[in-house]
Amino acid sequence: MKKWMQFLVLITSITSTSALLASGGSGEGGGGQMPPVTNAKWKAECSSCHMLYHPGLLPERSWNKMMNGLDNHFGENAALDAATRDEIARFLALNSADKADNRRSSRINQSIPANTTPLRISETRYFTSKHDEISSATFKRKSIASAANCAACHKSAEKGDFSESQVKIPR
Amino acid sequence: MRNSLILLGLLFSINAFAATPQALLKQYEAQAKQENSAFTGFSADRGASFFRTEHAHSNGQKVSCSTCHTSDPRNQGKTRANKVIEPMATIVNPQRFTDEAKVEKWFGRNCKDVLERACTAQEKGDYIQYLMSVK
Repeated sequence: MKKWMQFLVLITSITSTSALLASGGSGEGGGGQMPPVTNAKWKAECSSCHMLYHPGLLPERSWNKMMNGLDNHFGENAALDAATRDEIARFLALNSADKADNRRSSRINQSIPANTTPLRISETRYFTSKHDEISSATFKRKSIASAANCAACHKSAEKGDFSESQVKIPR
Repeated sequence: MRNSLILLGLLFSINAFAATPQALLKQYEAQAKQENSAFTGFSADRGASFFRTEHAHSNGQKVSCSTCHTSDPRNQGKTRANKVIEPMATIVNPQRFTDEAKVEKWFGRNCKDVLERACTAQEKGDYIQYLMSVK
């Protein structure tokens, strides 16, 4: 085999291996990243005050608790009419971390003890271990505000893409 | 009974068509008259002071409409979770007060957050009157 052909084969195998790794390998069928999901009411209602959180970030029991407590949603009234609330709750449940077929959601779910129902993603063990090198001062920067503002550093967070290569921590 | 049901239905269907701030004001006016027989109209000045008056919330914080909307309603505001709120003044944001369900949803939430009670029709009308008057 000619030198250039060997080189081509090498390059091809490297790129296909990294593509496989980036998609999360073959462990879980759905890959590493959370799949794109959409629901018009979820998008409209859950992003008017804060960034849009992907349903695959919390298990169904967490979403249910949240949707049943919108009168006091982290200290604010976020009440919805019953029909809208129920539709969004169903959508969240269907795509929740314990239902989702992707590696990140499964790991988030596995990091949550069965007898707890967290409402803050940033309180899950998965989150804290992934962010242990980020100081609380960094989270408090004006450009970030808090650990709840995923999109400050993960620019595709609202699409459910939290891959490390997308991370850019603002000054 | 039947007649009043029909009347009620008619009232709701009229409500559903309210698509201008003026039409909304008419509705709040009707409500305000029911709530208070001494009602004499809405006031932009009263709305302006309502917008900026701070209330001592039971959580220890001092809050007002302008906490999030800023003291100039022609400005963009910011939610506590760092998201932009489009301006409230109709002169810069003509979309304001054109969707009754949206208006009621936010009065419902924000009155409870700021005042820890529902707003009266008088307060809602004054508020809208003020935001329509800002030039």
